[in-house]
Amino acid sequence: MKPNESKPSSGADPSENSGAFAGPDSTRYTKIQELVYELKVSDAMMRNIITTTPDTSMSELREILRANRISGTPVMEGGKMVGVISIEDFIMWLGSGKADCPIKEKMTTEVDTMYANEPLVHAIGKLDKTGYGRLPVIDRQSGKLIGIITKGDIIERLLHKLEIEYHEEEIHRYRASHIFEDIIGDKVALTFQSSVKGKDFSRAGEASSGLKKTLERLGIHPQIVRRAAIASYEAEINVVIYTDGGTITASVQPDKIRIDVNDTGPGISDVDKAMQPGYSTASEWVREMGFGAGMGLVNIKKCADKMELVSTVDKGTHLRIYIDINNTQEHSKAG
Amino acid sequence: MKIVKLSRIIEQLNLDIRNAQDQVHREVKRGYTSDLLSDVLANGEEGDVWITLQIHPNIVAIAGMKGLSGIVLINGRQPQEETIARAREENIPIMVSEMTAFEFSGRLYAMLSGTKNDEGI
Ligand SMILES: Nc1ncnc2c1ncn2[C@@H]1O[C@H](COP(=O)(O)OP(=O)(O)OP(=O)(O)O)[C@@H](O)[C@H]1O
Ligand SMILES: [Mg+2]
Repeated sequence: MKPNESKPSSGADPSENSGAFAGPDSTRYTKIQELVYELKVSDAMMRNIITTTPDTSMSELREILRANRISGTPVMEGGKMVGVISIEDFIMWLGSGKADCPIKEKMTTEVDTMYANEPLVHAIGKLDKTGYGRLPVIDRQSGKLIGIITKGDIIERLLHKLEIEYHEEEIHRYRASHIFEDIIGDKVALTFQSSVKGKDFSRAGEASSGLKKTLERLGIHPQIVRRAAIASYEAEINVVIYTDGGTITASVQPDKIRIDVNDTGPGISDVDKAMQPGYSTASEWVREMGFGAGMGLVNIKKCADKMELVSTVDKGTHLRIYIDINNTQEHSKAG
Repeated sequence: MKIVKLSRIIEQLNLDIRNAQDQVHREVKRGYTSDLLSDVLANGEEGDVWITLQIHPNIVAIAGMKGLSGIVLINGRQPQEETIARAREENIPIMVSEMTAFEFSGRLYAMLSGTKNDEGI
């Protein structure tokens, strides 16, 4: 991001003055705000630009605008943009009752432009501020005119993008939440497994993030997803810190989630002690990163409806937790 | 306690926001100050601003899982590059303060408790 985007405007709250997109529906509103920052001008602009020249006559302009169903064009001379002529200019000319004349006498020569790689939110701001209906889009590197953008283009692009994302999410949810209905059997479970690398802090937590996303897509209650993710994360971090690696296997059944975290060593010599809040064997440098409070297993127990921890020294540790899918009450805070 | 928008905290307490600038409308009613990750997982609450000196990418995972509204790095500590990259993906604002954890927490508390000095500092 460029420096001028990195801070919200001072004074007013930026979320309260974003013009056309402010609205009471906060999730929708957030999504659009996100999109106008994420999408670039080049994502929304029209690329096949109809242009005119300074010597095109006003009467010809009318035919050009009508035939192409556009409301204005950049005016080009020798490969360079020298102005913009719009339907407003045309109407003014018509209203004045003056004789036909070349475009150059009526066009706007001080043209506001956008760079193709600017975020869409800048174009919205500029269209709003200047009151212009369209802005020519320039490629920052070559300085060449490569498109034109109007409010209509922006709205169309946003609607399209929202629709796509909405559909994608719908499809995920549909597939996920209907999976169990389509399967016939006494015992049905959806199982997925990720491996966890030992001692690799750069990737620590990835397996649990993946688990969280999958559970969300299955349409499981956010409170349940959160508890499953926290328990899995704590267990994953333990595997990263204390072992050479292991696996996380989640099995989603119609009424519960079972998570198994298995590793192949070094095991825990005193499981009861390890379960005590504050007990930790984490090394100094691991503690510096903020791990080693001795709260991980306690947290897991708190998040789970049932927890089983079996460990054999030099062999490995097996942790199994169950979370009831239908128990969405705020979980007890006691350990 | 009051509810204050993140944008107001950024402005009044001079935070340097590094990503997710579009998330400053988030509402905050509490802060949680801790450098122990498990502690935040256990005791942080949804919507909290997390005040910490940890700068590695795992803080983003924690904030994501707990639904925190943002992370404030104190003492001018700079987030690791990977931390910002993940924070972008997860849309979690990372903000930097030059204050100590003590000072920042105290001033945020004053803002949120609204007992005094809630408009100017
Ligand atoms: N998979 C494992 N293999 C070997 N030892 C483990 C394993 N998981 C936990 N332990 C032992 O149990 C102790 C307590 O674990 P717990 O997760 O509760 O706390 P911690 O990891 O030390 O700190 P925190 O989780 O709060 O960052 C650890 O310090 C470690 O000695
Ligand atoms: Mg642990």
